[in-house]
Amino acid sequence: MSSSQQNVPSPAAAYGALARVWRWRRALSATGTTGDAVFRLILLASAALILLIVSLMIASMAVNSGLSLREFGFHFLTGREWNPVMGRFGALPFIYGTVVSSLIALLIAVPFSLGVAIFLVEQAPPRLARPLAFLVELLAAIPSVVYGLWGIFVLAPLLRLHVEPLLQNYLGWLPLFSGPITGIGLLTGGIILAIMITPIITAVVRDVLSAVPTSQREAALALGATRWETTRVVLANAASGIAGAIILGLGRAIGETMAVTMVIGNRPEISASLFAPSYTIASVIANEFTEATGDLYLSALVEIGLILFVVTFIVNGLAKLLVWSVTRGTSGTARAT
Amino acid sequence: MKRGEGKKSGRRRLVSAVMTGLAAFCAVVVSVVLILILGYILMRGVTSINLQFLIDRPRPVGEGGGIGNAITGTLVLLGLASVIGLPVGISAGIYLAEYGDGWFGNTVRFVTDTLTGVPSIVVGVFVYTLIVIPQKHFSALAGGIALALIMIPIVTRTTEEMIRLVPTSLREGALALGAPQWRVTMGVVLPAASSGIATGAMLAIARVSGETAPLLFTAFGSRFFFEGYMDQPIASLTVQIYNYAISPYDEWHAQAWAATLVLMTMILLINIAVRFFTRKKV
Repeated sequence: MSSSQQNVPSPAAAYGALARVWRWRRALSATGTTGDAVFRLILLASAALILLIVSLMIASMAVNSGLSLREFGFHFLTGREWNPVMGRFGALPFIYGTVVSSLIALLIAVPFSLGVAIFLVEQAPPRLARPLAFLVELLAAIPSVVYGLWGIFVLAPLLRLHVEPLLQNYLGWLPLFSGPITGIGLLTGGIILAIMITPIITAVVRDVLSAVPTSQREAALALGATRWETTRVVLANAASGIAGAIILGLGRAIGETMAVTMVIGNRPEISASLFAPSYTIASVIANEFTEATGDLYLSALVEIGLILFVVTFIVNGLAKLLVWSVTRGTSGTARAT
Repeated sequence: MKRGEGKKSGRRRLVSAVMTGLAAFCAVVVSVVLILILGYILMRGVTSINLQFLIDRPRPVGEGGGIGNAITGTLVLLGLASVIGLPVGISAGIYLAEYGDGWFGNTVRFVTDTLTGVPSIVVGVFVYTLIVIPQKHFSALAGGIALALIMIPIVTRTTEEMIRLVPTSLREGALALGAPQWRVTMGVVLPAASSGIATGAMLAIARVSGETAPLLFTAFGSRFFFEGYMDQPIASLTVQIYNYAISPYDEWHAQAWAATLVLMTMILLINIAVRFFTRKKV
């Protein structure tokens, strides 16, 4: 306020002056700025390379699917016939198989993942929670092809001999559970997918629940809420993040390839029965890509790949935004799953 | 809470106990499923594994044969993927942590995150259109690049997280000593974050070592040993397991289980090692 203070530089101003001098000295020393510029440029190039890769992915797949895009247009998505010999390609059976198997997977995986995550965050003592979390992570570390192998030789016989006859006995009047029992089909694929996406959903829900402030739990408990009522308060707080976790699991289920390919039967048919063999978007690429003879066949398969890419990109982007909305601001929550 | 709690508290407590029990039940079920799967792999794998199996190459049905070429093939592919993927991933991660607060950084971060979720089979299709079609044949190089593309986003994000954990005071201290920014990052920040970055890299390697889908039409697979030609198809454990699993022969099924045991041992060892190292740090 007083005029005498204006002549004496404040500590901040003095620091600013020093910083300016220092910046000048750095600018004059050759090692400093050129080194910095080159270093930064290299890092920038690596970061830009990631954007370039994604752009190239879209461009390259769009170009290579051009033939099929022009030939079938929008009917590609609604066509029910997949006949390489006649040169007629419609992706509807694969879209149906992908959607139904993913929905079965979510139906099974979501309750279990929520249960495990609630147990890990809200109930288990740290001594139990840590090894258990590690076990769940191991479930995510098992490769897809190993799940497929297990699916063929353990899960499929189990379903064929015990589970599916039981379902048909009691619920056979539903079209969902009618038809011949083979152990290979939509239901088997869905169950394998459920096991595979459970650790992913669990991990994200765990992060989201941990991000809910402890004060919320304390407030609920102080009001006399029981343990479960407190958990419900926490769940309500984390709702959008949980939605994100589920969508993330859906994205993974849609794109999962090997395990599903090995147990779903690989027949491009739309059938109401969950016991019937089906086919998914990812599976048809895995099975037929190397055998695709003719440009139209190959470009139809690339177009299917492009659809898969776009769908998973949108689904994952949406999931990330939802998860961010809850975990933003808390440290160390982003995980590389 | 509702009024008249005295009457309802019994029911409320029951609901709470049931739901708490259900959550614990879910945890038990998931653990049991994992143990069943791992146990079955161990049981089936152990019976057909021996030294000859580990060093031999595949032979026709009835003549034995092994997975030696698949093991070396997987190692070559992993090496190739690491050489391409790790430098790019780590430097992109450094960029995001040190300079990535603007719109460009946010864009890269978002794209990297969504790239993590892109199905690996799509990466295979992409590499096929980019490299295999112009080259006109499958190659180890294409397989390595496909795996590298899957590694890059994982490594980028873990590197960024690890570098962000390095305290600002370390950077300020080095800058105050007159070090230029690049020396600060390379000489102070990176060493401080190195164990975390190494952990992330190992997890990324463990993750891609189990990938099958992107290799089906890039590396393709081979029944012979790798002879140093990067432009030739190459075998890998995962593709070998797949081919044997869908074959009609019992002998090959047994070999698929044995190969799975080898693959799982490798992946579990990496995961447990990572667990051990990160635990020591905390």
